[in-house]
Amino acid sequence: MIYVQLFVSFLQVGLFSVGGGYAAMPLIQNQVVELHPWLTLQEFTDLITIAEMTPGPIAINSATFVGIRIAGIPGALVATLGCIAPALVLVSLLAFVYNRYRDLSLLQSVLACLRPVVVALILGAGLSILAMVLFNGASPDLNAVDWIGAGSFVTAFILLRKFKWNPILTMCLCGAAGLVLNLLPLPF
Amino acid sequence: MEQRPAPASRAARLRALFLSTLYISAFTFGGGFVIVTFMKRKFVDELHWLDDQEMLDMTALAQSSPGAIAVNAAILVGWRAEGFAGMLIAVLGTIIPPMVILSVISMFYAAFASNPYVALVLKGMQAGVAAVILDVVWGLGGDVLRTRSPLYIGLMAAAFIASYFFGVNVILIILAAAAFGVLRALVLHRKGG
Repeated sequence: MIYVQLFVSFLQVGLFSVGGGYAAMPLIQNQVVELHPWLTLQEFTDLITIAEMTPGPIAINSATFVGIRIAGIPGALVATLGCIAPALVLVSLLAFVYNRYRDLSLLQSVLACLRPVVVALILGAGLSILAMVLFNGASPDLNAVDWIGAGSFVTAFILLRKFKWNPILTMCLCGAAGLVLNLLPLPF
Repeated sequence: MEQRPAPASRAARLRALFLSTLYISAFTFGGGFVIVTFMKRKFVDELHWLDDQEMLDMTALAQSSPGAIAVNAAILVGWRAEGFAGMLIAVLGTIIPPMVILSVISMFYAAFASNPYVALVLKGMQAGVAAVILDVVWGLGGDVLRTRSPLYIGLMAAAFIASYFFGVNVILIILAAAAFGVLRALVLHRKGG
């Protein structure tokens, strides 16, 4: 039953994404691209693009987007509920424990070990999106590199890292570059 | 010394809580940490429902718990302000804006993405998204490397190899790291005490 599947999938995203923001991304990719045939890698990449451009947590944005495409508005509600259900229980519980003992040393040790692992997982998800940009979803082949995509990526990375550009502005620039450069009759 | 204002009626406080979280969520781009800053401005500086220390503690808890930081922070602020009803109201206020925005976008997505010009823009933006994600990873990964801790660097390398090259399920990797963290805390605790 599709509602149960959506609920259980996003329950796992909500339960295992620790550290906020991008931590949910590899889990969402795992659930909706690899384990279930709900989105293609192309659609998932579009989803992350849209999530970056709109307010709200990536997990909630993804639950709504995937839910609605798979099973309409009820699907979106079920997926979002699955996404926040673990937090409703666990955060309340943690707040209770914290107020009583004021000691999070066990939790902090777990977090300290999770943080490097989460960074590695985000790197993996980022690399699969980069591969999508460079090879248009085909398998890596040096003769078939999308040079416009590669150039945009390098430029954007430098703007973000060296010149501390705003991410949304950087993405808009890349979008404009993608439109203009692909329409121009370039020799490659 | 600053006094907390006279408590408004419960309905008025719930309404203020809902409108504040709705407003913060609708206009905050850039993820969990940004939203926590806005919450501090609203609930600490403006409404005086919390003090600085409480907000810091809540931020730490929201970051340490599973799930989106914005939702976790709303749960904590809601509980603190008006108990269980406050929690539900604050969470609703936080998730309604992204749900409405993404519902509208997903309904138009199919028509939208099949337009050749829009497809070119989206494709161009993907290069930007890849850069944003890898820029974040560069920063976070640099923090891990700077700890010079063989343990953390080893965990990072092992997790990357396991997931990227061997396709080990991400949930298994996270569970293994969490279990490792629990074991380490127990060992350190025994040594220390």
